Amino acid sequence: MNLEAIKSEIEANVPGCQLEIIPNTSPSAQHSLLVDSAHALTVASFLRDGATVRLDYCSNVTGIDWPVKEVSTKTKVKKIVDGVEKDVDEVVKTQTGGYLEAVYHLYSMEQRQGPVILRMRTEDRTDRVHLPSFTPLWRSADFQEREIFDLFGIIFDGHPDLRRLLMWEGFVDHPMRRDYVDPDDYEYEPTAHDEVLKRAREHQSAEGGL
Amino acid sequence: MLGQGILKGLIETARNFFGSYVNKDRLTTVQFPEERLPQIEATRDFPLLVYDGTDWQQGLRCVACLICEKACPPQCIFIEKSTDKKPDATGKPQFYPARFDIDISVCMSCQICVEVCPFDAIKMDVEFELSTTDRFGGLLLDKQQLAKSNEYYNRIHPTEAGAVDAALADERAKAEAKLRQAAEAKAAAAAATPPPPPAEKTVIQ
Amino acid sequence: MSVLTETTVALSSDPTTDPNASQLLEVSMGPQHPSTHGVFRMDVALDGEQVVKLKPVFGYLHRNHEKIAESQNYLGCMPYTDRLDYICSITNNWAYALAVETLAGIKVPERAEYLRVITGELTRLQNHASLIGFLMQDMGTSGTPLMYAFREREKILDLFEALTGARMMCNYMRFGGCRVDAPAGWLQQTQKVIDAFPKFLDEFESLLRTNEILMARTQGVGRVSRELAINAGLTGPMARASGVNYDLRKVDSYGIYDRFSFRVPLGEFGDVYDRYMIRLLEMRESVEILKQAMRDIPSGPIMDPGTKIRGFRPKAGEAYGRIEAPKGELGFYLISDGTGNPYRFRVRPPSLINLTVLEDMCLGRNVADIVIILGSVDIVLGEVDR
Repeated sequence: MNLEAIKSEIEANVPGCQLEIIPNTSPSAQHSLLVDSAHALTVASFLRDGATVRLDYCSNVTGIDWPVKEVSTKTKVKKIVDGVEKDVDEVVKTQTGGYLEAVYHLYSMEQRQGPVILRMRTEDRTDRVHLPSFTPLWRSADFQEREIFDLFGIIFDGHPDLRRLLMWEGFVDHPMRRDYVDPDDYEYEPTAHDEVLKRAREHQSAEGGL
Repeated sequence: MLGQGILKGLIETARNFFGSYVNKDRLTTVQFPEERLPQIEATRDFPLLVYDGTDWQQGLRCVACLICEKACPPQCIFIEKSTDKKPDATGKPQFYPARFDIDISVCMSCQICVEVCPFDAIKMDVEFELSTTDRFGGLLLDKQQLAKSNEYYNRIHPTEAGAVDAALADERAKAEAKLRQAAEAKAAAAAATPPPPPAEKTVIQ
Repeated sequence: MSVLTETTVALSSDPTTDPNASQLLEVSMGPQHPSTHGVFRMDVALDGEQVVKLKPVFGYLHRNHEKIAESQNYLGCMPYTDRLDYICSITNNWAYALAVETLAGIKVPERAEYLRVITGELTRLQNHASLIGFLMQDMGTSGTPLMYAFREREKILDLFEALTGARMMCNYMRFGGCRVDAPAGWLQQTQKVIDAFPKFLDEFESLLRTNEILMARTQGVGRVSRELAINAGLTGPMARASGVNYDLRKVDSYGIYDRFSFRVPLGEFGDVYDRYMIRLLEMRESVEILKQAMRDIPSGPIMDPGTKIRGFRPKAGEAYGRIEAPKGELGFYLISDGTGNPYRFRVRPPSLINLTVLEDMCLGRNVADIVIILGSVDIVLGEVDR
């Protein structure tokens, strides 16, 4: 069953939901479905129980960090410069990213189909990072959502036990974010070079050593 | 009958126990270090640098191209490239590594340096008894400690080394043939036209 | 409809009203407990001998594998995958190679596919053999079955060493094929090991299968229903012991698995005994696959000539590749942004997700049962904590 059909089936059954197919241009051709977070839980429970494809098995749950990225595209524009019409390169800067994403790979064990890939996006990367939790639907999302909360900082509303999974209690940052800065706990590296050497030197000069 | 399963298991244990006196399949251990199992040929642990000839400093195949340093996943290789060229084992002037360190406390024996090396200069050693009392310096191997002769390499990995030697000899023969051809062409050109045209042009032919 | 189970158990008596009531005892099992297979910790609350709460605590072996992979190129990620589930490095390599191949649309030559099946099934044999050995050890058989299992595993590790150069950190597969071809005599040696393996299985079965103590300890312990197994995403022998007929070798037929005839053993009760038996039966099926693969292996190249290993840059996009690893579904989710390093590298670890139901299995059981229930899940902490 292709993604288009699933999309139209969801749209017919879950009123008001906004779906968008995110195309995948690589040879894998695993396209995914972007769901708005307000209707995500309804859509997911429809996919699990009501749809023709009964996606009873949630295999993989993961987070992705998309920091704000400026993409500049050059376009040729005809402009009148000093009274003469000329082709002028105009650079249009567009901003993409600036959100965290949760990706769910759903399969059907009953019908042996899949994957149907659901994506949800947060509004930004700092304070509006809430998404609905799918753990009440698929328990396999339990530890994986905790891991995303831990490493990416997405807060899953409705998760029964949202604690850090891999880092310890009291750890403040989210290590898998692209802009995460390693703490300066440098000790000794015998073959330090390039970037590592620079940081080791900084550490040593801060300690007054060497 | 209760206990039948346990008895059955005990018979199996007894068979293994007495079998271990007569059957090699049932007693596979050896008394290390007095007894050692034969070396498996493909075994690898840490890298070594191969040199040709007898002088390790002159014969190193490494030309300090830095490919392995960049490819090494845990970043355990550190190379300083020389500023001058020295003749290698075949007499051709080459760059050489002024410093070549491998930190084997970081190395994970993945063999990627060997795979990416275009000069067959870095290979995997089989020496595993490397424990030392010095945590850092003792496990940081320098150029001299890493350099091993081609004979040694042939001894530890005969099949692989044989193939490498054959390929290198082939390459050298080809290069020599090319040089000879070029020299002959040059001589012929010099004989044909008494006032010699610019030498480079004829060499290209 | 939700199958989330309520994770509280009524105490035998209420300590606020009954002065003789036992108080809850909080025990921290691990991270240095001998039965935790590494550095795994459980916060257990006990009412007498009974478990009333169990919370797993992870992260003692966490090194952020996924972050490391983002700073490596595609080839450089391969040796790191060895260290996930360090018992079965070859299947980890395979899953990663499969994900990259899906991402970039690479075809794998015939001989390489056969070598992958052979080494992959050998990995399954040695993983299951050591697991049942460990499980018996957890049950208190003080070594004997474990040593027998390790003796067989050793023979397979020797084969790996002869082929790849390393016993455990094989680093054998590459996207587009395998790193080295089988050396002279390797296939004959493998054939010998495969032919001798059923004898070990027979011995191991008569050693313990009908043992009354083993049956009393394992039957009916740690039951997982079929519905819970599906909902909690259990895969591999854990799911099949609960009767879930889901084996990716059949479902996805990745590689060339559609060419082999083999059966998928299924359990009925989903208890520890079933999980133990499933592994014994799966080893027999693996031997069948190996026999067919050894018979049919063709000669030819082992690497796709069009694939550049160094400086490999797949087109922007994403792919999820999964295989049936010995412990369950091992998946790699890769996102490429067109550069030489993966933008996102995600591992779906079967051991971690199989632990989701650990509390459900242990509630109401005795402390001693926790040890064998955990043993039957088959975890490796290198993969759980990544």
